[in-house]
Amino acid sequence: MLAEGHEISCLDEDPDSLARLEVGLEHGWVESGGSFTVGQALEVDAMLAAGIERAHAFVASTDGDNTNIVIAQIARKRFNVPTVIARIMDPWRAEWYERQGMRTICPTRSAIEMLSEQVRAAEPRPGQGGE
Amino acid sequence: MEAGSPLEILVVGAGKVGWNLTRELIESGHTVRLIEQNRRRYLIVEQELERQVYYGDASELWVLERAGVQEADMVIAVTGDDEDNILICQVAREKYGVERIIARCNNPRNRPHFELLDIKPYVSATDLILRLIEHEVPRHGLIHLLDLPGERLQVIEMQIAHGSPVVGQSVRDLTMPAGSLLISVLRDGTGFVPTAQTVLEAGDEVLAVLESGVEEALTAYLQGAAGA
Repeated sequence: MLAEGHEISCLDEDPDSLARLEVGLEHGWVESGGSFTVGQALEVDAMLAAGIERAHAFVASTDGDNTNIVIAQIARKRFNVPTVIARIMDPWRAEWYERQGMRTICPTRSAIEMLSEQVRAAEPRPGQGGE
Repeated sequence: MEAGSPLEILVVGAGKVGWNLTRELIESGHTVRLIEQNRRRYLIVEQELERQVYYGDASELWVLERAGVQEADMVIAVTGDDEDNILICQVAREKYGVERIIARCNNPRNRPHFELLDIKPYVSATDLILRLIEHEVPRHGLIHLLDLPGERLQVIEMQIAHGSPVVGQSVRDLTMPAGSLLISVLRDGTGFVPTAQTVLEAGDEVLAVLESGVEEALTAYLQGAAGA
């Protein structure tokens, strides 16, 4: 999204994550126009430092479902970010929060759909088809 | 639900707080179920509580359902993780219609999040200890004993210092700020409810109930120049 010209600010508790962002980039993340803040998402000061008050969109994609669900609600209710998306691995929690009006992405559900599609498209074993 | 009748209570988190809380609640005659997500901890607690403890991550809906969240009158989330506690209480109330929730707030900095998402009441050990320190360490000023932010009321305690303008005045003659009411006086280790004739003495600790926003006026009135 940075390459598309958007302004991207990334908040992560691990300073080394910056190096991961830079894999495959010709120039550094910051030189390419991104910004990076070290801190925890639940810390309001860190959210402010990362520029949440100016954000048009907020993506909660830490490795914890509950953290994502809580910070997405904070972004929406406290900071009035217009577009908020939460990554929720657990399909049941994702489904319920989606019904409450939260925009969610559930990688588990997507993976299950893709895998079942592949399985359905599988070729029958030779000699066992045509019944 | 009548006062004092046994409740169906679901406790999440079998740490020191959750386990002991469960014991006390069972002792008081309530039906309690406990959920713990750490396998080792679960096996320890299970030796005592047997089928009243369930293994699993209570932020997963099926785990909550298996432990009977649908029938619970109250859900108490006391894990060491504030996000988990918030989410469990939110889901219990809003998905399963549980009437009463209580959450533990581990990090006092997360308090605004509990307030924002209306996860109330919440209990913070840090705040309790700070309050006790305030209570135990005598100093001039206003001590919050009880806050009812929803109702915009609080109960405070304050010591009447030497030189305070109210020393020697009877309660009848007090001109307490509007929105505040004197409810009791602690003197020489005993407390009593004052009458109109009670005369305030230096060293008295007075308890008052007051509306939000009256703290400064009350402090100024009870301390006068002595507290400035």
